Amino acid sequence: MKIDHSVPLEYSTEENKMKILGFWIFLGAEIALFSTLFAVYFTLQTNTNVGPSASDLFHLSPVMIETILLLSSSFTIGLGVHAMRLGLKKPMMTFFGITLVLGAAFLGVEVYEFVTYVGEGATIQTSGFLSALFTLLGTHGLHVTFGLLWGGSILLQIKKRGFTPETANKSFIFSLYWHFLDVVWIFIFSFVYLKGLM
Amino acid sequence: MKWDEFFVTGEPMIYAAMVSIVVVSLAIPIALTYFKKWNWLWTNWLTTVDHKKIGVMYVLAALLMLFRGGVDALLMRAQTAIPDNGLLDGQHYNEIFTTHGVIMILFMAMPFIIGLMNVVIPLQIGARDVAFPRLNAISFWLFFAGAMLFNISFVIGGSPDAGWSAYFPLASLEFSPTVGNNYYSLALQIAGIGTLLTGINFLVTILKMRAPGMTLMKMPMFTWSVLITNVIIVFAFPVLTVALALMTLDRQFGTQFFAMQSGGMDMLWANLFWVWGHPEVYIVILPAFGIYSEIISTFARKNLYGYKSMVVSMVAISLLSFVVWAHHFYTMGHGVMVNSVFSITTMAIAIPTGVKIFNWLFTLRKGKISFTTPMLYALAFIPIFTIGGVTGVMLAMASADYQYHNTMFLVAHFHYVLIPGTVFGVIAGFHYWFPKVFGFMLNEKLGKLSFWFIIISFNVTFFPLFILGLNGMTRRMYTYSESTGYGPLNMLSMVGAVGLAIGFIILVYNIYWSVRYSPRNIKGDPWDARSLEWSTHSPVPEYNFALIPTVNKLDAHWFAKKEGKSLTSGKYEPIHMPNNSGLPIIMGAAFFLWGFFMVFSWWIPAIILGVVILGTMAYRSFEKDHGHYISVEEIERTENALRGEQHEN
Repeated sequence: MKIDHSVPLEYSTEENKMKILGFWIFLGAEIALFSTLFAVYFTLQTNTNVGPSASDLFHLSPVMIETILLLSSSFTIGLGVHAMRLGLKKPMMTFFGITLVLGAAFLGVEVYEFVTYVGEGATIQTSGFLSALFTLLGTHGLHVTFGLLWGGSILLQIKKRGFTPETANKSFIFSLYWHFLDVVWIFIFSFVYLKGLM
Repeated sequence: MKWDEFFVTGEPMIYAAMVSIVVVSLAIPIALTYFKKWNWLWTNWLTTVDHKKIGVMYVLAALLMLFRGGVDALLMRAQTAIPDNGLLDGQHYNEIFTTHGVIMILFMAMPFIIGLMNVVIPLQIGARDVAFPRLNAISFWLFFAGAMLFNISFVIGGSPDAGWSAYFPLASLEFSPTVGNNYYSLALQIAGIGTLLTGINFLVTILKMRAPGMTLMKMPMFTWSVLITNVIIVFAFPVLTVALALMTLDRQFGTQFFAMQSGGMDMLWANLFWVWGHPEVYIVILPAFGIYSEIISTFARKNLYGYKSMVVSMVAISLLSFVVWAHHFYTMGHGVMVNSVFSITTMAIAIPTGVKIFNWLFTLRKGKISFTTPMLYALAFIPIFTIGGVTGVMLAMASADYQYHNTMFLVAHFHYVLIPGTVFGVIAGFHYWFPKVFGFMLNEKLGKLSFWFIIISFNVTFFPLFILGLNGMTRRMYTYSESTGYGPLNMLSMVGAVGLAIGFIILVYNIYWSVRYSPRNIKGDPWDARSLEWSTHSPVPEYNFALIPTVNKLDAHWFAKKEGKSLTSGKYEPIHMPNNSGLPIIMGAAFFLWGFFMVFSWWIPAIILGVVILGTMAYRSFEKDHGHYISVEEIERTENALRGEQHEN
């Protein structure tokens, strides 16, 4: 395997470059996936049936907490990748660890919110609006959950194997994924929650 | 669920199918054990990550599915051949036209095309494998798991019966209470994920792994068509993923997406389905266009006319394919404005398609045409596909469409585009690239015989349907009374269908005959062709190219032959190749079982299998696999052996 030292470790082999490009294309597919879910949500958002509407249901404070948690996790993973480029294993692992903790906290608030909604009689079965809402949020939440498992296993590999072209590549790709989830959340925050609160 | 509902009962044909399934699934392991072939099968095929072998497995599976879908088709034609026929009842007929559509599009056309892509693309761009060989094997096994899951539906639980487009509210739990449509949503979901992974894999392969000197505008046309097709796959398949997930949620988790009350919207399904479904049509047609371009240029002994306009028109088709979906349901009440817009975008597709037709005709003009089997299919394609295209423009006119929508006219139209387009395309490609993979040719005499059977029978089968449609016979009706007068033309169509079946049987016999008797020791380039795949040996060694060729223009191999030059230089170096892996087939099996348990809403086993799937992904993540090297001595040995055999000619 040829290792090119003039570029960051995650780009240092042909295979690594291809994996990064492949992942960008995968994110393109993910954009198509979330766009479809948003389209479904916008189509059904006023179809509240007998259930609550968006303005009945949403409260700003938990959503604001979720947003702050997820946005800061995007910042910390950025710091993690920066540390990795400087070859600092311990800071990198710390920042990745903080990222995952923030992600888990985000997920906790989201679950709390879901439980509150269901407590108010707003289940996924109540109306077209709620089906679309829970599915959009749930798909994002499942992505975060998967990210926790994935990020955790990458952390373990970094711990055991240190920075190699493979582990650096995985960490970098994971950071792309994590930033992407953040972008999706910004759209959810703006076009689902803020719009719904208006 | 009661056990007597678990297996489909009460149909003699289904019992016969059950018996044959049991016999075959017992016969295969027994035969493997008797001939001591388990190890061979596992190491050479089931765990392979070699793109050529994966391609061969795709094509084999596609041929199997062609016969499954073909039996469905014959049953439909037999049922409607005479008025008031009682061969099938209404329910059975519904199931059969549904599975015929799904299988032919998703489990025959798609894998056949992806199989040819797998075999040809790395060779055509001068690469040693695809970008992600392991992922490629996973794609195959996910497709296979989906296909098998879909196929067991007709003996276990019942097949989907709401049409291949599975429109709501018909496909909802209320109106389709059997598990049939659960099979539909889950089997397609699993296969669809595999297709998406293929899309990503081939995009990276084509963008990153081309031979030195092969710029985008020097790529063979088939490679271009596959590049564009995979862009469509990446953006269209996620829509299907969502649509199918919502279908599963609606049918099994009580959501209201497509419900008629409770704030749902049944038309949402039709829109989502066709936002994927129309691009899907181009996913199966564009690679076929690419195959025809290769074949026509090869056998007319001319470079492809209008290369740039070919590329531009395919890009135009791919963009337009995303903005025509509503033409599938003009009559479902979306206003004059919407219908007009979609009418215009739909007709606009005829322009780039027309450009391509004329480019092929100009390529043929003054060419030294050799009428080989693949070329015959390509030549037959042009006029027959044009009939399909022109009737497509007729259907595109929204106001006129009110007259003949959902009639046999439509059925005739899409068979006239899909069969000459996709099916003839993949068969032509199959004959064309067969010697590259196996090192011997298919028999030309038998090939031409099956060609004439297929081509004539195709028209006898489907042309009457145009007239029946204009006379008012609607599609998907399982019988009709004699007074309608539909009888004679339906009978004619049945005769054609039998002819088609004979044609395909001859095709398969040709494979058998050629395996037994066709002369071996052919040269690397038996057709005297133009692109890079013909510059290496036939059969292709594991590593494809001992030395990577350098390319300076389109059809570089052709010009190198004419000028007596070589595309390669330098000395052999050890070649890095990926290792085989059993993980993809295990993942496929896990997805199959997961899908099966999900179909029946058996949550606990489904969750366990879900954990198993995550476990296989984790295993892959922690696994250290750096592949292996093929030594210079081994390359020399292989090359000498392949060259030696050819000198004996």
